Amino acid sequence: MYAQMVKSEGMKSRDEMTPEEQAFQDRVDRGEKIEPKEWMPEGYRKTLIRQIGQHAHSEIVGQLPEGNWITRAPTLERKAILLAKVQDEAGHGLYLYSAAETLGVSRDELTEKLHSGAMKYSSIFNYPTLTWADMGAVGWLVDGAAIMNQVPLQRTSYGPYSRAMIRICKEESFHQRQGYAIMMKMAEGTPAQKEMAQDALNRFWYPSLMMFGPSDAESVHSAQSIAWKIKINTNDELRQKFVDQTVPQAEYLGLSIPDDNLRWNEEKGGYDFSEPNWSEFFEVIKGNGPCNRERMNARVKAWDDGAWFREGLYAHAEKAAHRRAAATTAAE
Amino acid sequence: MEKAATGAILNPVEDRFVSDDALAPAFFEWLCRMGDSALVLGHRVSEWCGHAPALEEDIAMANTALDLIGHTQMWLGLAGEVEDKGRDADALAYLRDALQFRNLLLCELPNGDMGVTIMRQFLFDARHYALLMRLTGSVSPRVAEIAAKAVKEASYHLERSSDLVVRLGDGTDESQRRMQAALGQLWPYVDEMFVADAVDEAVAKAGIAPDPSDLKAEWEETVRSVLAEAMLDMPGPAGFAQTGGVIGRHTEHLGYILAEMQFLQRAYPGARW
Repeated sequence: MYAQMVKSEGMKSRDEMTPEEQAFQDRVDRGEKIEPKEWMPEGYRKTLIRQIGQHAHSEIVGQLPEGNWITRAPTLERKAILLAKVQDEAGHGLYLYSAAETLGVSRDELTEKLHSGAMKYSSIFNYPTLTWADMGAVGWLVDGAAIMNQVPLQRTSYGPYSRAMIRICKEESFHQRQGYAIMMKMAEGTPAQKEMAQDALNRFWYPSLMMFGPSDAESVHSAQSIAWKIKINTNDELRQKFVDQTVPQAEYLGLSIPDDNLRWNEEKGGYDFSEPNWSEFFEVIKGNGPCNRERMNARVKAWDDGAWFREGLYAHAEKAAHRRAAATTAAE
Repeated sequence: MEKAATGAILNPVEDRFVSDDALAPAFFEWLCRMGDSALVLGHRVSEWCGHAPALEEDIAMANTALDLIGHTQMWLGLAGEVEDKGRDADALAYLRDALQFRNLLLCELPNGDMGVTIMRQFLFDARHYALLMRLTGSVSPRVAEIAAKAVKEASYHLERSSDLVVRLGDGTDESQRRMQAALGQLWPYVDEMFVADAVDEAVAKAGIAPDPSDLKAEWEETVRSVLAEAMLDMPGPAGFAQTGGVIGRHTEHLGYILAEMQFLQRAYPGARW
């Protein structure tokens, strides 16, 4: 779930809709997929660009906290798995930018908006990865939280987004299992490894809960997005589902969830749990998290340092096209 | 340490060379050279992860690094078997110090800009491909088997790095300048790829691997034609060549690579990951 607090256009009642908007809503309600060249309300297009763009940016920035451990992975096999995982994430970014491009925005435009701060990425990637156990915790918790949102989004109304999600979900569930496998090794390892595992859970638990965004009571954009099937579940529903799934997994590892208020609630058939610190969340979103500046600096530096490289490739492509054209003319 | 599973050959074919005691010291050294160059270059390439100039490059470089780590697992795994002292690929990768590392110096040089990274890859790939092609016909079935798997990837690496050298060499003035500078910077390290010593002679005599000097003509042909298409000037003879990596005499850079790579294994001896 790499899209948080995506601003959606104001909700309209059926009477306020134009006939075109009504027909569009009927298609969505019937479960039809909307394809790129078909008519869609401007608000639908804009909201999707924000959401898919934010998701794509999260995949790209998300390479950094895990990339941080590739050169220090403890075995060759772990190194290979981590490399493959980070490569998958870059691949997800690519599908998602391609999906966004079908809505009439280029990858470069989206990249510029990320770098200028006009577009966001998931708050989770502004937390540091401090020990090898964090590679486990990120896979288990962060990919686990992402899957909660992405599985229902396979049914989203926009065709290219839905198809991207189907591919992404297959890889994400594999990543989550790999993360859990790292946690298992650490939890059954030496006392130092167990300590790292518990510490990783302590640090990533609340930031993972924040990934779902603030409570729906405060989320003004949910209703329209849900009507358009850009959003399938509410933030609170997904957060509850995540907690219910994760608590037994932590118990299996012999690790404790860092929440004294965590209790099984028979009546609701789920756990009661403490809310994350939302003021911390808003600070992270504003750019004041532990790694916001480093993450953005790293991306901007990669982009700026690579300008000559991209320009070289464009120039060559132009020269080659020119030569081909000249050769064709000469042949005629 | 755990036995590496990825890329490991599950039912190894019979290979009398693997248990040939007389040959073992040279064969082990040679396998470490193969594995260590893949490992150290894979490490360098992986440093780009998330920092490349375009998303496609992030993906391609992670892919290249992944292939090289896979090769490492196979070569060092076989090295451990030949040595027969209970060391597996991970023990060799993580618990030897710089003096025991046998990679080419070229592989450990810092990434520099993308020009240096791509040019280093190209100079390495041209030789790597020529070498692996020959190794597919090795008298050692295990070596031939690893080479057959690795050469498919090395062929793609060479295709990609050649293509980028051409496009950047014949790109803008700046990209050409950077590529030419990278070539000049790396040129003193190329001769090491073709120098033969007693280890190479022993494995060549057994029919396991070609003499490295036999690869030079093919390498030069590849490099010459790609550089010509890239509008880059091929430097003359390197003059004083930088050598020593394959006998454990490295640049200052390798120590830092190993300090980073081996940190967890060194800090938590015996832990399983």
